[in-house]
Amino acid sequence: MAGNEPILRAVGISKSFPGVKALHDVNFTLCAGEVHCLMGENGAGKSTLIKVLTGVEKIDHGEIYLEGKSILPKTPLEAQAFGISTVYQEINLCPNLSVAENMFIGREPVSGCVINWKEINKRAQAALSKLNVKIDVTQSLDTYSVAIQQMVAIARALDVSSKILILDEPTSSLDRDEIDKLFEVLRRLKEDGIGIIFITHFLDQVYEISDRITVLRNGELVGEYETSELPKVQLIAKMIGKEFDVLTSFNKGNAASAKGCEEDSLCNDAAFIKAAGLGRQGGISPFDLSVRKGEVLGFAGLLGSGRTETARVLFGVDKADKGELYIKNKRSAVASPMNAIKNGMAFCPEDRKREGIMGDLTVKENIIIALQAKRGMGRCISAKEREKLADKFIELLSIKTSGPDQLVKNLSGGNQQKVILARWLATDPELLILDEPTRGIDVGTKTEIQKLVVRLAEEEMAVIFISSELDEELRTCDRIAVFRDRQKIAEISGEDLNQNCIMQTIAGGQKHA
Amino acid sequence: MHDRLKLITKSKLFWPLMILVLMIIFNIIFVDDFLSIEFKDGHLFGRIIDIINRAAPLMLLAMGMTLVIATGGVDLSVGSTAAISGALVCSLIGGNFDGTVQNPFIIAIIAALFVSILAGAWNGFLVGKLGIQPVVATLILYVAGRGIAQLITGGQIITVYYKPYAYLGGFAPGIPIPFSIIIAAVVLVIVLLALKKTALGLFIESVGVNSVASRFTGISVVKIKFLVYAFSGLCAGIAGLIISSMIRAADANNAGLMSEMDAILAVAIGGTSMAGGRFSLGASMIGALIVQSITTTLYAVGVSAQVLPLIKAIVVIAICFVQSEELRHKLSGIFSKIGGARNEKATVKL
Repeated sequence: MAGNEPILRAVGISKSFPGVKALHDVNFTLCAGEVHCLMGENGAGKSTLIKVLTGVEKIDHGEIYLEGKSILPKTPLEAQAFGISTVYQEINLCPNLSVAENMFIGREPVSGCVINWKEINKRAQAALSKLNVKIDVTQSLDTYSVAIQQMVAIARALDVSSKILILDEPTSSLDRDEIDKLFEVLRRLKEDGIGIIFITHFLDQVYEISDRITVLRNGELVGEYETSELPKVQLIAKMIGKEFDVLTSFNKGNAASAKGCEEDSLCNDAAFIKAAGLGRQGGISPFDLSVRKGEVLGFAGLLGSGRTETARVLFGVDKADKGELYIKNKRSAVASPMNAIKNGMAFCPEDRKREGIMGDLTVKENIIIALQAKRGMGRCISAKEREKLADKFIELLSIKTSGPDQLVKNLSGGNQQKVILARWLATDPELLILDEPTRGIDVGTKTEIQKLVVRLAEEEMAVIFISSELDEELRTCDRIAVFRDRQKIAEISGEDLNQNCIMQTIAGGQKHA
Repeated sequence: MHDRLKLITKSKLFWPLMILVLMIIFNIIFVDDFLSIEFKDGHLFGRIIDIINRAAPLMLLAMGMTLVIATGGVDLSVGSTAAISGALVCSLIGGNFDGTVQNPFIIAIIAALFVSILAGAWNGFLVGKLGIQPVVATLILYVAGRGIAQLITGGQIITVYYKPYAYLGGFAPGIPIPFSIIIAAVVLVIVLLALKKTALGLFIESVGVNSVASRFTGISVVKIKFLVYAFSGLCAGIAGLIISSMIRAADANNAGLMSEMDAILAVAIGGTSMAGGRFSLGASMIGALIVQSITTTLYAVGVSAQVLPLIKAIVVIAICFVQSEELRHKLSGIFSKIGGARNEKATVKL
């Protein structure tokens, strides 16, 4: 594909949001007739780049050239007129309208002032048959599977304008057969000379379909690579920001301490929690797992690999539909978070805003609420006790707030995270699950939280630590469970506990029993 | 001084109270004998007593509504539930001309309240357990409720001649103030105590602020929602008793008609956000008084029943203006300017 003409060129793109530099001097080139993957962890700037290209966001600096001509789409409609169409992760169609209506909504062909339905149906049928999809276009969209709906969205995008097609996580709700079908269509489009930008978290798919890869990290361009020349491990290294070669000489300083744990972990008597074949349809494949008291178990893997899903099943946010869970060697059914809390668990969720803080409540209320829930409604924590607890944890975690009665939403992200930590520590848990506790937090606070985790483990607390940053995991964890494609694929401890080994396991290069 | 002023204007009760005071001032100026209270036959009479008496059912509805709205929901069925409660109590007591009862009075009341709680629990089940949108879920009973009330009364207006029944919405012997006021006050005190002595208030607010996070924290969101809707049903049931007692009859079609809107309005004027979260029962009670006094005042100054809704709407719009954040900002800007100017003067003097 290298010989093809560049169809879209973005040069020196910069974009800032208040307080964040989302994109900094990023270059991006898309050729006609190629599938180009845009890779990067959360917050790398992928979606911002797409938004800039499609006119959803305005750029601060930089230029965009389409077939050599400078363009600057200001609205998605303008971008469409230039020939750039986007299919988003959640299908942006109306499920209760017919397939044909969905494809021509807003641009119905008219004869006189009457909509020409015959024409619409004919053209819809034709557009879909180009993708090898043969369905009755007069049926309402929701009678068809998600994959077909995805195809309709693509057909619509192509019919509107067909130079560049952007697919944002199109496969996350599709099963294997449907993905194959989608890829078949993409290959055909490629042959027609359409440039395709493809965003996904599934590495296997990247290697299956793409010709070239652009990697972003923290809003900056890491590089542009031919897919065939970039091994998976290298790609992961570039995404998380560690050069693979450098890592081969990684010191094994903490291996010694980890080794001791490995032996201990064999005796499951000390395990606080043990999962046997626990799993959930559509969430995480059945897995075995045990966490001892005084141990930090890390979950590693890329986004969407099943780390969070595992934590949710353990905590009862999502009900497991397979397997058994033992808490202190006693079979337990954790059917709800309340159950889990009563069993001595605590869970700092990944999405702080949505699942963590109660913005309009005070710091004090946010801190005591889990303890209150654990005690039950009737046994109200007295005002005095609330004050004492709040003061204690504000001091212990050095939460920066004007006072315990400040609203949590007015605190910075790092301090909000500390408040949630305080909330769980107040319940005096035996198992603390932390899902990305340091995301979006400044370096100082990050270190504080890591230190806290280690200290809690020393105080005989069992900790599950989930993080996208391997550095952080290695610094805090005794053992690391690796996840890929919603499966727990390995457990690494002792000698093997280093970046290279983990990255290779994530990439699937090496098997660990 | 300035800080204290700011603290006062920031209080949840400040704006509702201001509006109520304005209302009273208007009444004193334009309504004859507004402040006069007479003592006749061991009972108190007067316009103010009248307003509070009429506001009592609305206050009860507003109590339930406040808690429901605080969880981020709304209960449109309270008027219909009130009608069911009234219908049930009247048909159980029966329309005997000689003033005797077909069933004991207390049994009738208990049955009516039980059914009201059941109606509320139904709403709670739909909203909490099945996750149906509150407006849609409670709309079901809003529509069906009056039909159920009609079924109970057999499509007729049952007039009750049993004397003690009239006490609920009027005067009980030996008590100078209307009995409905006492009922509302007792319920209010019980609720306030429950909120203070248990963590219910905190849980309700937390569900309203962020129900997902509440679940993660171990709060049973379903249970809380179920509870508040059931409580709202109970409040509507008590209000229904008072309303039907006032006319000594069960009118399935008109009892509590549009009262759900008044209750929502009372809560809104009280300053509780429709999106849920922080709530103030006290402010809602003042809101209920305001809503009732608008109606009573307009009648008193001679606005006809036909035009009343229009005038009421205009007054409500005016209140909303006063309550709006934007306007408050501008107002407090003016306040601080005046305050600042005063401070400057003071320093110059020094």
